[in-house]
Amino acid sequence: MTMKFGVIQFPGSNCDQDAYFAVRDILKQPVEYIWHQSASVDGFDCIILPGGFSYGDYLRTGAIAKFSPVMSAVREFADNGGLVIGICNGFQILCEAGLLPGALIPNIGLRFICRYVSVRVENSTSNFTNLCRKGQVLRIPIAHHGGNYYCDPETLAALEDNDRVLLRYCDENGDITDEANPNGSLNNIAGILNERGNVAGMMPHPERAVESMLGSEDGLYILKSIVERLV
Amino acid sequence: MAKANVYVTLKPALLDAQGKVVQGALENLGFTNVQSVRIGKFIEIELSDEDDNLEQAVDEMCRKLLANPNTETYRFEIHRS
Repeated sequence: MTMKFGVIQFPGSNCDQDAYFAVRDILKQPVEYIWHQSASVDGFDCIILPGGFSYGDYLRTGAIAKFSPVMSAVREFADNGGLVIGICNGFQILCEAGLLPGALIPNIGLRFICRYVSVRVENSTSNFTNLCRKGQVLRIPIAHHGGNYYCDPETLAALEDNDRVLLRYCDENGDITDEANPNGSLNNIAGILNERGNVAGMMPHPERAVESMLGSEDGLYILKSIVERLV
Repeated sequence: MAKANVYVTLKPALLDAQGKVVQGALENLGFTNVQSVRIGKFIEIELSDEDDNLEQAVDEMCRKLLANPNTETYRFEIHRS
């Protein structure tokens, strides 16, 4: 059994090839690119919205990409229970599109940050983290200017009370501290789930941590969890 | 012709990191009376004024695209020439 991944390419996506490589060469699963003008995502089991700077981040990150024709198809796919994961710019697009709650605003320090961070797994039963232990610390790189997660207090309570926070920035011991929060995200949030649990967004790049020569293989915990759930 | 001036601002609950930095810079320049700086966006839209319901159209533009309801508020004024 295999599962078929689709990697969406928006104008300005730049982690599409990394995601494609991780799925094809490391996960050994079938994968195809999906152009943003495509009106259908039929035949796929999981859709990846990769990182990058879709439409140059004009107006706001993800603000223009959410109107790409493919996003209607992604919404329908998600409504039917299909698995969708947005990484970095993909997370920003999913928030703008309303498939995930809240928004990602500029980092508190106003700098682009590109480095490895530690994130703690808060929910180890989701479609995207089922191979992790609760509390496990993963080393996965971030590379963003707008990763500061914000939502209103009611939304935050709903995320926290329903195990919808997937990952939190932490120190190397797994402690959630202000110092370990690279961008000012509320409650150190690095990744979240939608209400149904089939749509996830995360700022760290699991596709950049899939081989020891890249510095970490911890991204495979995320990517292999998806395969584990579907195959 | 008509022109819409749209102002998009961060909600008060959000820390405006850019505004804070600019506030500090103004204080360094000797403007000691600066209490707060908030930075937003100003968008000028030129419109044909055949549609007499421009207010509704511009409001829809703001809701659908120009402002993010999670983090921003907006207001606009329309000038008909």
